[in-house]
Amino acid sequence: MSKPLRTPLKTALGLGSARHGVHHFLVQRVTAVALLFLSLWFVWTVLAVLRSDYAGAHALIAQPCNAVLMIAFVVAIFWHTQLGLQVVVEDYVHTRWLEWTLQIAIKFVCFLGAAASVLAVIRIALGR
Amino acid sequence: MPATARPLSPHLSIYRWQIQMVTSIVHRATGIALAAGTILLCIALLALAAGPEPYAEVQTFCASWIGLILLFGWTWSLAYHLLNGVRHLLQDIGLGYLPAQFVRNSWLVVGASLVLTALLWTCVFTQRGGA
Repeated sequence: MSKPLRTPLKTALGLGSARHGVHHFLVQRVTAVALLFLSLWFVWTVLAVLRSDYAGAHALIAQPCNAVLMIAFVVAIFWHTQLGLQVVVEDYVHTRWLEWTLQIAIKFVCFLGAAASVLAVIRIALGR
Repeated sequence: MPATARPLSPHLSIYRWQIQMVTSIVHRATGIALAAGTILLCIALLALAAGPEPYAEVQTFCASWIGLILLFGWTWSLAYHLLNGVRHLLQDIGLGYLPAQFVRNSWLVVGASLVLTALLWTCVFTQRGGA
């Protein structure tokens, strides 16, 4: 144990055993900062939606600014969700086939959720 | 459930419960809860795009007892995960690591999340005059 097993180049590249480096860590935090601001807008918008009937809610989300922010919100939240659930599965699911199945299922569900939500917002914004 | 039997480090049943571990566990739990809540957001957006009838069904579900309990839970989960997330981001840049600061900030997050949840639901009920 006198010498580190990694070559100096490996340390310099900083990519670690999974060869992803700190990519996961960074993306999780960047989406977190995005969600910090977007969530405040989201809560404000939900309160406004609750005051409105169907037409009012539809018109509110159809406004270009709100539509763009809603798309940003759903993309950021599903991305952040995938990253977070991935770590939970990595930590607690130790049966290999189940771990892989869950990891892929989480990615599929999060992507489909984001895609469906973006399509819904586009339909609302373009007035169907 | 490990595939190979090997010695484990002491786990939850060994440690005395303290705020530092509770905030960490609750952060994960609220994250998982919010993942489920995000699916409802997706359904609500699809319903809003689909027309008044599907939207009315979502409204009916949200106004039901189960819907209200879920929404209340998700509100607190969002408030807690958001505030505790800020605490984690500040810790990521090296702030608030002294034990006393850590404990104080943890309790601050728990208290503020409850206050924020109460404020939001007060807004909801006052502007609607009951669900």
